[in-house]
Amino acid sequence: MSLKRNILDLRRRKKEAQQGGGEAAIGKQVAMGKKTARERIKAILDDNSFHEYDLFVEHTGKDFDMEKKVLHGDGVIIGTGTMFNQPVCIYAQDFTVAGGSLGLMHARKITKIMDHALKMRVPIIGINDSGGARIQEGVNSLAGYGEIFYRNTEASGVIPQLSVILGPCAGGAVYSPALTDFVFVVENISKMFITGPSVIKTVLGEEISMEELGGALVHSEITGNAHFYALSEDECFEQIKKLISYIPWNNTQKALRFPTQAPTFPVSIEDIVPSDPHYPYDIRDIIKAISDSSDFFEIMELFARNMVIGFGRIAGNTVGFVANQPMYLAGVLDCDSSDKAARFIRYCDAFNIPIVTLEDMPGYLPGVDQEHAGVIRHGAKLLYAYSEATVPKVTVIIRKAYGGGYIAMNSRHLGADFVYAWPTAEIAVMGPEGAANIVFRKEIDEAENPAEMRKLKIQEYKDKFANPFVAASKGYIDEVIEPLETRARLIHSLEISENKVDKRPTKKHGIPPF
Amino acid sequence: MEENKPKYEVFVVNTAQYYTLHTKKYGMRKKWQAADPNEIRSFIPGTILEVFVTPGQEVVAGENLIKYEAMKMQTILEMPFTGIVKEVLVAVGDKVRKDQLMILLEELPE
Repeated sequence: MSLKRNILDLRRRKKEAQQGGGEAAIGKQVAMGKKTARERIKAILDDNSFHEYDLFVEHTGKDFDMEKKVLHGDGVIIGTGTMFNQPVCIYAQDFTVAGGSLGLMHARKITKIMDHALKMRVPIIGINDSGGARIQEGVNSLAGYGEIFYRNTEASGVIPQLSVILGPCAGGAVYSPALTDFVFVVENISKMFITGPSVIKTVLGEEISMEELGGALVHSEITGNAHFYALSEDECFEQIKKLISYIPWNNTQKALRFPTQAPTFPVSIEDIVPSDPHYPYDIRDIIKAISDSSDFFEIMELFARNMVIGFGRIAGNTVGFVANQPMYLAGVLDCDSSDKAARFIRYCDAFNIPIVTLEDMPGYLPGVDQEHAGVIRHGAKLLYAYSEATVPKVTVIIRKAYGGGYIAMNSRHLGADFVYAWPTAEIAVMGPEGAANIVFRKEIDEAENPAEMRKLKIQEYKDKFANPFVAASKGYIDEVIEPLETRARLIHSLEISENKVDKRPTKKHGIPPF
Repeated sequence: MEENKPKYEVFVVNTAQYYTLHTKKYGMRKKWQAADPNEIRSFIPGTILEVFVTPGQEVVAGENLIKYEAMKMQTILEMPFTGIVKEVLVAVGDKVRKDQLMILLEELPE
């Protein structure tokens, strides 16, 4: 008696279960411009590396005639595979099966693969495409979400957690991505919100489209919930692969080291910054001018554009760049930019990625809206994150470093290991204009020509204080360097910091101003 | 190259003028205005269930003005000071947004 019959039976069962919601549902998915869950997993992982688990899991719903329904895999696919030949865990909700709705067994599958990822210390990638809780399963669905959130929190800072939003992600479901490290969205496909347009219309009479309420661009530009914005699923998968190449597999490892490559940026670093501190430039050009292959992978490109964050490599090693962007809002610090940078700094610190800070900012954004939005509380996050971080921290002051912003942007006083300043740096308690008005108020008021006197006094203040040498004379900055020396200095500083040990008092955890 | 340069706007921080670009969110912010004590506004979106006053009516502080339902909870707004109802801008059944002007008051003439 051969085993052939059993093997053929297994193959038939697998084929049927792998069909998910069946041809009609898959047709609908494709018509929406979406790939199927299985196609997505294959596109992200190395070729032929996917191994699935729990294909035959069935739902346990008993009410509302659910017991008569077959939901293949209960609407989610889980498994393991490799990326760049290194192991990862992955799950993908299958919208073709009951709209990818989350019931008890669906959640159990997700928590199973999450537990696996945490135990094995490998990254977890979650692909979200779900109509939300499976209403027929009632509180069991809520239990499922809660168990996922708990694991997201437990795994936070131990393994990288990536959330890919490739469909609706509504209600409680949004909080799993929000708890993870990086959220990917795709134009026209991703939709995230707590209450949808129909509820808003019923309750408030306000009409808004899903796209305007919680589309990819809204979360990339306005809310800051998303980190990576793509125009197509394929572009999104490329972003995932690129991100994975920069980060370590868990918090006990370092990111993969690449061969050192010289920058290829066509403009000399001396010619990027205008000599007049009132004129802007693109800080990303400076990052490119000092990074290997001039390759800079920006995170949250469209949100709080006055602060730039992202990964690059210096001498083959991943570094996290945090930089003020004079091109937008003069590079001021505000609620959103502090929030954006603080979270990124904590990511880098958790995953052993050195932080390079490039500073050129005139202070905090003035205004009632900022004060009332809690710029004190949000700004404090930045101080907390820098002070708390024990990874190597290097700062280069390009131009303006005024007031509280000077302290906040990884100053010596918050524990920077190396602080450099270009000769164009202006390190002072405030900009020359504001300072002159206060310090020389009497002289200006009593002068025959106050406007002329103000000009004179601004210049006097500039000459005396708005330069890097006052701070250098006190040892607050380590060296004033020429722009062309920047890359070599950074390479050396990071080399020196390779085995940095920075012990902090033992505590359960701090209490950052969330 | 010159014509490709973005159009910078002037941006003032601590009396210094900087040339820079604005972000979309910065453009969306609302100008702050002090609250007017004569304006009764909704503090949460909801539906008007009852209007207790009419224009021209003199109302004593603490008397009921409007009952409305929001988030499955009924709330009654009371007269903040003794005065006159100048205008009633909502009717029973109306859906109000957050911060919508519902009643305009007037102080009693001396």
